[in-house]
Parts: sequence; structure tokens; C-alpha cells
Amino acid sequence: MGMRLRERMYQLTIGTLLLFVSFTMLFPFLYIAVISFTDAAAYEPNALSFWPSAWSMDAYRLIFAGDGFLNALNSSLFLTVVGTPISVMVSCSTAYMLAKRTLPGRKVMLNLIVFTMLFSPGLIPNYLLIKELDLLNSWWALILPATANAWTLLVMKSFFQNIPHEVIESAKIDGCGEYAVFFRIVLPLSKAMLAAFSLFAAVGFWNTYFNAILYISNSAKWPLQVFLQQVVMSSSMGEFIEASVMQSFKQEVPAEIIKMAAVVVATVPIIVVYPFLQKHFAKGVMIGSVKG
Amino acid sequence: MKQTAAERIAVADRPKARKEHPVLRSIVRHRQFYLLGLPGILSFIIFKYFPMYGILIAFQDYNPFAGVMKSDWVGFDHFIRLFTDPDFFMILRNALFLSLLGICLFPAPILLALLLNELRSELYKRMVQTVIYLPHFVSWVIVVSLTYIFLSSEIGLINKLLLALGGEKINFLFENKYFYPLIMSQDLWRSIGWGSIIYMAAIAGVDTSLYDAAKMDGAGRLRQIWNVTIPSIMPTIVILFILQLGSTLDVNFEQIWLMQNPLNTHISEVFETYVFKVGVGGGEYSYSTAIGIFKSVVGLALIVAANKLASRRGHEGIW
Repeated sequence: MGMRLRERMYQLTIGTLLLFVSFTMLFPFLYIAVISFTDAAAYEPNALSFWPSAWSMDAYRLIFAGDGFLNALNSSLFLTVVGTPISVMVSCSTAYMLAKRTLPGRKVMLNLIVFTMLFSPGLIPNYLLIKELDLLNSWWALILPATANAWTLLVMKSFFQNIPHEVIESAKIDGCGEYAVFFRIVLPLSKAMLAAFSLFAAVGFWNTYFNAILYISNSAKWPLQVFLQQVVMSSSMGEFIEASVMQSFKQEVPAEIIKMAAVVVATVPIIVVYPFLQKHFAKGVMIGSVKG
Repeated sequence: MKQTAAERIAVADRPKARKEHPVLRSIVRHRQFYLLGLPGILSFIIFKYFPMYGILIAFQDYNPFAGVMKSDWVGFDHFIRLFTDPDFFMILRNALFLSLLGICLFPAPILLALLLNELRSELYKRMVQTVIYLPHFVSWVIVVSLTYIFLSSEIGLINKLLLALGGEKINFLFENKYFYPLIMSQDLWRSIGWGSIIYMAAIAGVDTSLYDAAKMDGAGRLRQIWNVTIPSIMPTIVILFILQLGSTLDVNFEQIWLMQNPLNTHISEVFETYVFKVGVGGGEYSYSTAIGIFKSVVGLALIVAANKLASRRGHEGIW
């Protein structure tokens, strides 16, 4: 009996500790999501509040009425929707080549690819290259370099190498050429892996920030993260939301609520894909930890 | 033009009837593979290897209008300037210090994994795991935005709470003494859950008979953790520690960049942020490239050394 009680106490202590950890992870999102719906009239800047006394969607209507936010959303959607399939397809077909053990030159290519994980010429040579290619202020400057990702290639390569040989051989005996084997046999067998990497790539494109400030100076083309950062760190919303839009609201929406709403909108897509991500990523990080 | 497998085998097995280069023939035989890999290889050549040629400008007075071919060569001048530049030692010190702080956080995910492993309820464990992995997927912009929303002295919830409790407001965001603690907290918040995954896997692999034996000897829960779990996952801990040492100088520069303000640059400037400001902002391409190269070369040496050390401990290394 004494043992049982001690075990209970032990579970309770650990459970409480972990509850506290989980709470700190979740609370910031919950708090801004709730407060972002506060009605401007009910908002008191200095009062401690966890639940609005009056609700309103004004902050959301306001940010979706201005051009700045829509442009940013549009940029990020383009990057994610166009960039993800391109980078996954390029990595995938390249990894399939590298998985072919008898391929002449394979070792050299692998070594050169691994080297890019260890040594980078740095920011300025990359910047000058993008400038030379005339890709400054183009979304392609953020998409195309993402097709050269050594880590992705190595993980995909080891995945393809684990596909049983017999599957490929029997397809060939049935008359499949190499392309047919790849597109009709190997890719369908790799659906789970492709889903995982698509999700990783999509999150990466959605979260693009530093390269965007490096390559994109035209504010109309900023992706969401850059725009969001400007909005959150600025004290007045006038720069981001046109006066005409502001005036069309019967009461002024406080900057803080607009900021929270902007963070919520940028976070929602991640939360939406998160359950799918979670299904795959534990495996991804395991392979990844073995290979860089 | 489909070849049947039988034909292919026949071609491969034909005893060098025509004395062509076997390598050349092998290349031709693999042509479809090369074509599949072509876009990726081109991408590596253009985006990873072509910039290597840009390294040359660190040894020049690069003039954007003349280009790399026609700019004046200055040898190691920029590197000599580097080692006499107080800014350089400042960013080196900051990068080292931030890496050291990262190392201080190293045990956190291990502790979390040990705690999670002690939970009896599988459902509760899965729920906690779902929640704690989430921050890893949100961008640094969102992490820093949340920091601003919660800590600013005007609107921050924490400051409202301090006031409500009769305390005084604290200027977390602009007082330099809070800079490193904030960086560490953000880092901890974002990566502790994700970092625990690998240790959870290591713990799952511990031989259960060891626990039974420990129980027979009368070991309680804490004793079992100390005498069984930790020694069993020690190899994983050591390898990950070595690899982290190998990435010293690699800081989360997006995070640093976002947390920088004019008051804290002397403690927050790191290689990437400095190169961005001096190079892209200030147009000093050659000097900032030299700084970048210094960082890359030291980083390469560290990671190669770490990998050597790791493989000596029986790990297959990172490549």
C-alpha cells in the first residue's frame, strides 16, 4: 500500500512538471489567439485580461483589407505551393540517381555533395551569385537554391537504397524502362517519405525569413515572415495598413490586437499541417541524426 | 525504345566483343539515371559550387562594376585587417559566448526525455509530446514576435502581471542584461521538445532486463534512472555532445538578427549579422567575404575534428 501511494505521488509529480512544460509551450499561442478577437471598445491596454469581455473580428478584417498583408500572404503561398513540389521532385530524382550503386562517378558526386554540408563560401558570394543571375527581388532566388539540399538528398538516397531489389528487378522483367521504374514503381512506394519531405519543405518555405531580407528589397514581394516582423516591431500600423482602410472601421483597432492577429494568421497554417508533420517527423529526425 | 531485361543482361554479359571503354559503356548504360539527377546536380553546381569562386574576392578589392576578373588583387590584406579589427574580436567573442550558452542548455532535452519516460500513462505521454514538439516548427519571426508581445513594457502580459502584483515594469527587450537570458529562453522553448526525441529513442532501446535486475537489487525509480538509464544512453549523449562542440560558432543567426537593436549590438553581433550589415548594407564585399571565410574555415576544422572524435567512439560519424 505504501509502495502504491509512493508510486502515485511520483507519477503526480512528474505529470505536473510535464503539464507545466506543455503549458509554457501552448499558452502563448492560446493567449494571442483569444486576445486577438477582443473588441476594440472593450480593450484596456493596461488591464490584465485573459478573456475578452466583448468579441470582434475587426483585427482580422483590417489586416485582410490592406494590400500589404495580402501581398505578403500571396508571396508566401507562392513560395510554398510552387517551391515545395519543385524542391522535392529535384531532390528525389537526384537522390534516386545517387542510390544507384553501379553508377560511374557516384562516389565523387556524393563527396562533393557532403562537402557542401561542411563548408559554405558564406553570405556574400551567395548574394553576388543571385545578383549575377539577376534574381534579386525575385521569388526564384528563394526557391531555386533550396533544390540543392545535401541533407535531404542523403536521407532520400538511403531510403531508396532500402527498397528491395526484387521489386525493381521484377518491374524490369515486366518490361519497365528506368523512367517507368522510377515514376511508376519507386515513387509510389515512397509516398510516406515524399509526404514527410514535402511537409518539411513546405514549412521551410513558409518560414523563409533571412534569405528574403537578403534577396528581396521590394516590399511588395516580401514573404509573410518579413512583413510580420515589420508589423510586430513597429509602433504604428499606419505604414502597413492604408489610411482609407483604417478609416473604414468605426473604431480604431489597437495596434497590439492587429499584431496578435497577424501572428495568429502566420501560425495557423503550421498548426493545420502539424498533425501530419508529427506523424512523419520523428522518423525524419532519427534518420537525420544518423546522417548529419 | 524499351529494352527488355533479358536484352540488357545479354548486352552486359557480352564478353567485351567490341573493345570499347568499359567505363564509357557503363556511363551510356546509366544515361537515364544521369538525366534524372541532372537538375539536382546542376543546382548544386550553380548554387553551391559557383559561389566558391566568389571566395576569390576576399583576396581582392572587389569592384562590383569591374567584376571578379578585373578587380585588383590585394593578397591577404583583408585577413590582416581582420586580425587587427576590434569588431572581429567582438563578433568572435559573441559567437563563442552564444555557443557556450547553447552548451549550457545541452542537458535540458535529456532531462525532459527522462521525465517523459517515467510517465506510466501512454496517452498522457503522447499528448505532452505532441505539444512540446510544436514550437520547433514555428519560425524565429513568430518566436520573437511572441517575445515582443509578452515582454514589451507597454503591452506585455508579463509586465501587466508584474504591475498587478504590485511590482514594477521591467524593460526586458531593451536592457542588455536580459539579452542573453532571453536568447537562451527562446532557444530552450523552441528546441527542448524536438531535442528530446533522439534521447527518447535511445531510452526505448535500453535492455529491459537491466531494470528487472536493478529492481531485484531493491533500486527505486531514481536509482534505476541513475544506474541503468543514464549509463545506457551515455554513448548517445557523448556523441551528440561532441557534434554540438563541432558546430561551435554556428548560432541561430535569424534569432540573433531579430533580437538585435542598436543598444545591444556589442553583445549580439555575430558573423552572419555583421557580414550582412558590412557586406550587403555597407558594400564592403571583399572584407565581409574574408570574415565569412574565416568562419567557414574554422567551422570546417571544428566539424571535421568532432567527427574524428565521434568515429573514434565507434559512431559511424555524420557522413
